Amino acid sequence: MHEWALAEAVISTASQIAEKEGLNAISEVKIKVGELQQVELDIFEFALYQLKTGIFKDAKFAIETVKAELKCRVCGHEWSFSEARLSGDSAEAIHFVPETIHAYVKCSKCGSSDFEIVKGRGVWLESIKGVK
Amino acid sequence: MDPRLTIINERLKQVQRIIAVSSGKGGVGKSLVASTLALILARKNYRVGLFDADFTSPSTHAILGVKEIQLKEEKGIIPMQVHGFKYMSIVAYSHEEALPLRGVDVSNALIELFAVTRWGDLDFLIIDMPPGISDATLDLIKLVKGIEFLIVTTYSPLAFETVKKLTKLLMELKVPVIGVVENMKMKESPFIKEQVAAMGLPFLGEIPFDSKIEEALGHVNVLMETVFARKLAEAISSGFLLSPRRL
Repeated sequence: MHEWALAEAVISTASQIAEKEGLNAISEVKIKVGELQQVELDIFEFALYQLKTGIFKDAKFAIETVKAELKCRVCGHEWSFSEARLSGDSAEAIHFVPETIHAYVKCSKCGSSDFEIVKGRGVWLESIKGVK
Repeated sequence: MDPRLTIINERLKQVQRIIAVSSGKGGVGKSLVASTLALILARKNYRVGLFDADFTSPSTHAILGVKEIQLKEEKGIIPMQVHGFKYMSIVAYSHEEALPLRGVDVSNALIELFAVTRWGDLDFLIIDMPPGISDATLDLIKLVKGIEFLIVTTYSPLAFETVKKLTKLLMELKVPVIGVVENMKMKESPFIKEQVAAMGLPFLGEIPFDSKIEEALGHVNVLMETVFARKLAEAISSGFLLSPRRL
């Protein structure tokens, strides 16, 4: 359950922000999850709820999935990750380390592996809400 | 905010010493030093991890004769147990494919692997660094508390020219440098030793050019019998092994 490690990172970061901002109780945590990482949302959410203790006791987690978009640095072509046809092993590698996409995916127009992950890479903590 | 950044030191809190094996140039034997160092420490019964951070040109798996890197998933990634230590390399995911990465991708992959890898209790985590002072070096200095550097050079003034820049940067940033190892020495000369002393750094020792080393690659028992391994063991016993605790 690699999702558990990502959930721990979210809780750890949200705790640090809460401490900095003097929040005593967190009500909402907004998280963006990039399509590229292919996070299993059920497991990720389950881990978040299992890990929420203390100031997170009443927190809700709002998770938004962001489509992964790629742009070729050679020819400028833009395409989406969902167009890529990947084997199970390649998809799993990208799940664990999204940058390994450069080993398995090429620009669908010119064939270059020199492309940019414009958006939708991985897990991102968007905002937290709480009371002081 | 990137949630991975705050968890990295949490993941490494049970690691006593984190040692980046680094150099200004490629081809000086960093990966061989890092891999052999992990083997030497493991055979002294220390709890050791080896992380190959040279993502675009990883080679420690070839040195160690690891054909397939098998990682376990358990609330994160559990490194592979190999030759008595824990081992992690991006080759577990990139396999036989070329992995061309720009700087931002190197940073992201490095942060990802440090954020999700569970090293557990270790006396030493050895990191095989890519050459130079670009993304991986800067990221690790920024993100990993207590990181120390072990510098590898050859006799070549060209290699040492780049090592001087690396060590200057580390000293300016107040990053601990354990010392400098001179590798592949081909003739008697005090040049590197004197230069290192002039920089105020410990000179750990010299390793002669070992023509048998290529035959030992992939065979750790043969590797550990080489002059290279014996001289490296002598070099590191001069100081830093005395403390498996953060200095």
